[in-house]
Amino acid sequence: MNALAIVQIVLYLAVLVALVKPLGWYMARVYEGKPFGLDWALGWLERLIYRAGGIDPAREMSWKTYTLAMLAFNLLGLLAVYGLQRVQHLLPLNPQGLLAVPPDLAFNTAVSFASNTNWQSYGGETTLSYLTQMLGLTVQNFLSAATGMAVLVALVRGFVRRSSQTVGNFWYDLTRSTIYILLPLSLVGALLLVSQGVVQTFREYQTVTLIEPTHDAGGAVVTDQTIALGPAASQVIIKQLGTNGGGFFNVNSSHPLENPTPLSNFLELLAILLIPAALCYTFGKMVGDTRQGWAVLAAMLVVFLPLAAFCYWSEQAGNPALADLGIDQEAGDRQPGGNMEGKEVRFGIAQSALWASATTAAANGSVNSMHDSYTPLGGLVPMWLMQLGEVIFGGVGSGLYGMLVFAVIAVFVAGLMVGRTPEYLGKKIEAFEMKMAALVILIPPLVVLGGTAVAVAGDWGTASITNPGPHGFSQVLYAFSSAGNNNGSAFGGLGANTVFYNISLGLAMLAARYWLAIPVLAMAGSLARKKATPASAGTLPTHTPLFVVVLVGVVILVGALTFVPALALGPIVEHLLLAG
Amino acid sequence: MVLSLLTGVVYPLLVTGVAQLLFPSQANGTLVYENGKPVASALIGQPFDAPRYFWGRPSATSRVPYNAAASSGSNLAPTNPTLLKFVRVRIETLRVADPGNKAPIPVDLVTASGSGLDPHISPAAAEYQVGRVAKARGMGENAVRQLIVERTERRTLGLLGEDRVNVVQLNLDLDRASR
Repeated sequence: MNALAIVQIVLYLAVLVALVKPLGWYMARVYEGKPFGLDWALGWLERLIYRAGGIDPAREMSWKTYTLAMLAFNLLGLLAVYGLQRVQHLLPLNPQGLLAVPPDLAFNTAVSFASNTNWQSYGGETTLSYLTQMLGLTVQNFLSAATGMAVLVALVRGFVRRSSQTVGNFWYDLTRSTIYILLPLSLVGALLLVSQGVVQTFREYQTVTLIEPTHDAGGAVVTDQTIALGPAASQVIIKQLGTNGGGFFNVNSSHPLENPTPLSNFLELLAILLIPAALCYTFGKMVGDTRQGWAVLAAMLVVFLPLAAFCYWSEQAGNPALADLGIDQEAGDRQPGGNMEGKEVRFGIAQSALWASATTAAANGSVNSMHDSYTPLGGLVPMWLMQLGEVIFGGVGSGLYGMLVFAVIAVFVAGLMVGRTPEYLGKKIEAFEMKMAALVILIPPLVVLGGTAVAVAGDWGTASITNPGPHGFSQVLYAFSSAGNNNGSAFGGLGANTVFYNISLGLAMLAARYWLAIPVLAMAGSLARKKATPASAGTLPTHTPLFVVVLVGVVILVGALTFVPALALGPIVEHLLLAG
Repeated sequence: MVLSLLTGVVYPLLVTGVAQLLFPSQANGTLVYENGKPVASALIGQPFDAPRYFWGRPSATSRVPYNAAASSGSNLAPTNPTLLKFVRVRIETLRVADPGNKAPIPVDLVTASGSGLDPHISPAAAEYQVGRVAKARGMGENAVRQLIVERTERRTLGLLGEDRVNVVQLNLDLDRASR
């Protein structure tokens, strides 16, 4: 391993962990309604939103009302994005005269952004007008993220409250997440990105005269280059912060105008894990024991770090198929070396592999290198991180509520081993909670493996495969792992813009998002109704290293047992072919 | 509805306004002008295949290489025979353009970038091409190397990313030096 690469990975995690406490503390104040400074400056805006929507933020909701509000709000967002795409050719802010988006693609994109997946079947600069990007995608980037945070806060209240029929007010959580957390961070972040060269303009695409004329595929002389522009920075920062990941441009954050320098890369990378990590502290603060939050964060880091390092190692080792062609793949002071197909020189291997791991650990899905061209084992890491259920950091809100469900299962398993009634954070875990938890961990594998099986069973799915052999299977498995866990990254070669994939992946995203959020809210409602059980000698403490080990064990066991057979057919066979 | 207007209209407009005010060049694509005409974005690569220019990364964009209106990577798997075929052709092209050069070729010079628009190559990939460019232009190799050093961007804080050479800027410098 290259020393500078290790330093880059360690520095990244150090900065991340240093920010967890301040931001986590701030977010806890936001949700608990305690003063935090910004409410004083922006309170008028919050009140304006409530008044315009006819909302009483103090009115408490039962889990069912909360769920209905969440679903209705998301359905509305989905319809708005679908409608915008279908009529974008009639609307302003479309300087390139882009046409209406076809129905299956518009459905896929609408679901993709409402469900915080941000799978890109669309092509960014070639498909969507500036207005669609802003009023459709940027809005959903904020609101789907805020939805995830709201559901998490409801679950946390379930642990905190005693004998209560209610879990909070959805509109209150949604509004405060947006205007006090996501908007201020995005404003600062977007301007920092512009300073590095991320574009932010409403001008039409820029044409420049090429320094040396070239030829197109048909042999005709080409003397100009048309450079796609747009209001990118404002969307790029929120796609990162909100673990959305849908790019402004087709190639996402490997595009030089979306991610121009190593510094912009570091900022965007930090933004991927920032809120999911800090929410662990928020959770600890709200349940009155920050050690609980640190324990969950520790479990996430324990899984993340070795996988990121393994991904880096595999990519830096390079492509054995190119070994005897007279090419230099060795890393050094003067070149990144390694497997550079699909990667950018300014990022090299370390910043690319770290990004690939972070974006799939979190349910982000933005990319700064093309995962399809990764070595088999390098590509296995992002795929498996998604298959673990997006709980290692995961989506903003959704990752932590997924991880808390795993924590509930972990105390249940530990309880069975010693023959005690399982408790978590002073609440008894009983049959209803376990049923809901089982739903949460079983639905994504069902969607991923079932979807992959249907896709590879016939021409409708296999015709889109672009790489031969086991890698072709990996492309399909990756697509359903991504959609079925609301990640959004892809093995991009797969020609996924077909009716079959647009619809099937759209349904997978819907199932993975809402079939999980509903049982989680049901669990929140059930927990909130319970009395607190005082800790006794028989209670398993859930802030200790021992519990971290148990939690990691449960996550890995579920992930490994479910997916190893499928992984063996894809990346593992491919690796053996390449190495042998 | 108010939230939609806030995040979908007010917020992007606010960012655009402030960005255009504080960073007018960056916000509009970091364009490079020659005689008042835009000739390039400093951040977007261009295709080069004449011996007198430094060549950038191979580009996998459709219709024409470095198509900056439709960014794309190759998405070829490491096991794909097509990738191997492409790499062989690129090696052959480099060797033919510079028959005397027997040095191993830096990997970034024969593999397609993620965006298809990468404006950079590694310093090693630039060094590999020095002999060819100097000969084609009748310049001294050290004069060419000096220009490379001037267009080498270092790792941020000596840590982040990689050292890299901006091919577009370097080729513009070469043309200016030859005039």
